[in-house]
Amino acid sequence: MIELDTIDRQLLRELMHDATQSASALGRKMGLSQPATWRRIKRLRDSGVIRGQRLDLDAEKLGFGVTVFLGVKLATKGRVSLEDFERAVSAIPEVQTVEHILGLYDYRLRVVARDISDFERVLRRRLMMLPGVGDIEANVLLSEERLPGPIG
Amino acid sequence: MLDDTDRRILRHYQHDPALSPAELAERANVTTATCARRLDKLQADGVIRGNHAVIDWHALGYEVEVSLRVTLDKTQPRAFEDFTEQARQIPEVVEIQSFLGRVDLRLSIIARDMQHYQHIYRTAILTLPHIADIEALMHVARLKSDEVLPL
Repeated sequence: MIELDTIDRQLLRELMHDATQSASALGRKMGLSQPATWRRIKRLRDSGVIRGQRLDLDAEKLGFGVTVFLGVKLATKGRVSLEDFERAVSAIPEVQTVEHILGLYDYRLRVVARDISDFERVLRRRLMMLPGVGDIEANVLLSEERLPGPIG
Repeated sequence: MLDDTDRRILRHYQHDPALSPAELAERANVTTATCARRLDKLQADGVIRGNHAVIDWHALGYEVEVSLRVTLDKTQPRAFEDFTEQARQIPEVVEIQSFLGRVDLRLSIIARDMQHYQHIYRTAILTLPHIADIEALMHVARLKSDEVLPL
């Protein structure tokens, strides 16, 4: 685990907001030289604090009007391997995220579809065909916001 | 409207948002000038909303991630607004989503360990307004998280 100082935290906040900013532009904002800024960013990436980048696209403008979160319970634990299920579900293009969870459900999936009838197709032809799938609960996403988290 | 070139650029950009403009143009098989022009337009039209660094909270010592599924007391007309407004003030809340379905809202919460989580839960979460019911799900692993759209 690495320790962050105030400047590191400020850099993280800037990069969470816009990761395309150059080291020199960020340096100017923070009163640091370009090489010093670059070294700090490199350290944040190398230590794994910055896991990667995410392009934020407006799904609706690209024709994906529906996002649904599914809670999936596996029906036959022990008989179906978790790896088989995970591999099969991750290969479905409409499934954006797969998380293994503990509690009421075994997995949480984020699924995009063009509209409700397209979602029904994905659900019936793809998701319900997965090995070992039992109970499925669906919640349609209405809004979401991501917050910077405790780096302030 | 988007054409095949826009889609091709977005497809490559989505899979590797850290690409430089020149690398992206090369992968999408367009000139750097075309690529820059298309990206500017996609940004102006609001198709591309941003490019964000993703933090690995584990690397910063946050070992626990919990999803809290919240049902609100809908007899309160401002239940959604009051609840989300206050939830936003909790630093450990990293995501707030609202739903149509069995659950009204979901909060993603990170904590250093279970003791820290329990502290946040008791002092910050349970004092949020208009809660009718809460269910907690512990996060074990993230198997796919690229959030790529099937363009």
